[in-house]
Amino acid sequence: MSDPNFSNSVVRWIDHRLPVFTFMHHEMHEYPTPKNLNYWWNFGSLAGIVLVILIVTGIVLAMHYTPHVDYAFQSVERIMRDVNYGWLIRYIHANGASFFFIVVYIHIFRGMYYGSYKAPRELLWILGVVILLLMMATAFMGYVLPWGQMSFWGATVITNLFSVIPIVGDWIVTLLWGGFSVDNPTLNRFFSLHFLLPFVIVGVVVLHIVALHRFGSNNPLGIDVRGKQDSIPFHPYYTIKDMFGLGVFLTIFAAVVFFLPNAMGHADNYIPANPLVTPAHIVPEWYFLPFYAILRAIPDKLMGVLAMFAAIGVLFILPWLDRSPIRSGTFRPLFKIFFWLLLADCVMLTYLGGKPPEGVYVILSRLGTLYYFFHFLILLPGLSIFETPKPLPRSISQPVLGSGAGPVTAEKENS
Amino acid sequence: MAETQDGATRRDFIHVASGTMGAVGAACVAWPLIHQMNPAADTLALASTEFDLSGVEEGMTVTIVWRGKPVFVRHRTAKEIEEAAAVDVNELRDPQADSDRTTKPAMLILVGVCTHLGCVPLGQKATDPRGDWGGWFCPCHGSHYDTSGRIRKGPAPANLQVPPHEYISDTVVRIG
Repeated sequence: MSDPNFSNSVVRWIDHRLPVFTFMHHEMHEYPTPKNLNYWWNFGSLAGIVLVILIVTGIVLAMHYTPHVDYAFQSVERIMRDVNYGWLIRYIHANGASFFFIVVYIHIFRGMYYGSYKAPRELLWILGVVILLLMMATAFMGYVLPWGQMSFWGATVITNLFSVIPIVGDWIVTLLWGGFSVDNPTLNRFFSLHFLLPFVIVGVVVLHIVALHRFGSNNPLGIDVRGKQDSIPFHPYYTIKDMFGLGVFLTIFAAVVFFLPNAMGHADNYIPANPLVTPAHIVPEWYFLPFYAILRAIPDKLMGVLAMFAAIGVLFILPWLDRSPIRSGTFRPLFKIFFWLLLADCVMLTYLGGKPPEGVYVILSRLGTLYYFFHFLILLPGLSIFETPKPLPRSISQPVLGSGAGPVTAEKENS
Repeated sequence: MAETQDGATRRDFIHVASGTMGAVGAACVAWPLIHQMNPAADTLALASTEFDLSGVEEGMTVTIVWRGKPVFVRHRTAKEIEEAAAVDVNELRDPQADSDRTTKPAMLILVGVCTHLGCVPLGQKATDPRGDWGGWFCPCHGSHYDTSGRIRKGPAPANLQVPPHEYISDTVVRIG
């Protein structure tokens, strides 16, 4: 890596004492990135930008929100009606949460298809799963804050999940509530934690990026960068590509915020919380639905909760379940088919989680749950034994430039 | 790359054009985030206050609340009005005639916030010190106001503010 030569003398003076400019130059400018990344690689930086949007709008909303059972609902309505642009800021925040999950789920499935979790990127992947868990906790507590019917009953159902823990379960639930039911103390601590956790997410994101920059991005071919001819500097090539992707994303996001702001919410949450009446049909936000379907598929309280947490837990050990040395699904003919089946299974579970737990929906939920765990625990370890992968190209450049761009020639060119 | 005679290229044009659009977009996004801190619609709806003066006898002084701030209403005695009117306006730090500060000479209506650093001056209660000119005295940094609420001594730069007000009947005044 070359030391940058800054033309501005003030920048040089500061950089000599505090090398932030050198750091930024290395990590955001010359940072060598595989030259064959496709648009699925846009979703990492996109997730980071959505996180910033959520934090900025969230800080603004906290200036107007009152975390008290008697005022919370009204203070949110005041934001919608009286605060200047409050409707816009709240709709950006609420829909931003949904879009954060859309972006992150695409980011995760991209990592799965291209084997981005495999050595040496196992910790990078695990940090990502930690971020997903933190996002889920933050989103859940944020949804409680407007103190509508869905807020209240969602909080009741989710906190009651912890009652299945043997011996200490009830004690933990009381601890979460700060009382004998979801009430004012619960709302207050959820507000405090909803404010805190996004900054914890930022911290884990920093670690995620540190781990990423250790070996650089994976790529659609799933083979290592073999030299300078295989990579291009991050700036301007990928900054401009990320900006273009951001423009497309913001166009879709703005369309939803301005024209369909409540499409992903529930009408019941515009009814103030009533601890004496449960809504007829209670469902979580869409991004929790596949896990909710798994919870309801199992006719045993403890096993249901365990299966739901295991559905995320299994992602932590994914790097050791898939033992195939080939990263990219492009060169794995069987894996490719099962990847799309898993995606279809997750979509089906999302659909089923929003349906009432009766009749054919229960049977399909059970089959979907079974297949989900079958994929991770039996299919992936088995595939690495039975599957014959296609031959890998010799380098990232070879499929484009022909055999002349192989690693041997390339090293000669460099020397 | 196509170059014009002064050395500017098409790429320069694209840089400037996209940078400008980016700046406009950033400003459009920044404005709602800043404007949300301004008073909300329900706050502005409470911006005026009506008050019935019929209970305020001569020599009496009351404090009412307008926009979260105290407003002093003093039914002045003839002596106080005379003192206020007799002052040579040109000697004052913030020159203003008493007649310009009242709608009805007997009823003096002032925002009860010292123009120095925002304390509430004393002088509303009979036992309060009223300063050297018999009006109000600010205990924070020692500003003296006369019977027209004009600054006479101390660090305050201006007279006590007269809020916009109008009489909507003989005895009821709307402030704000």
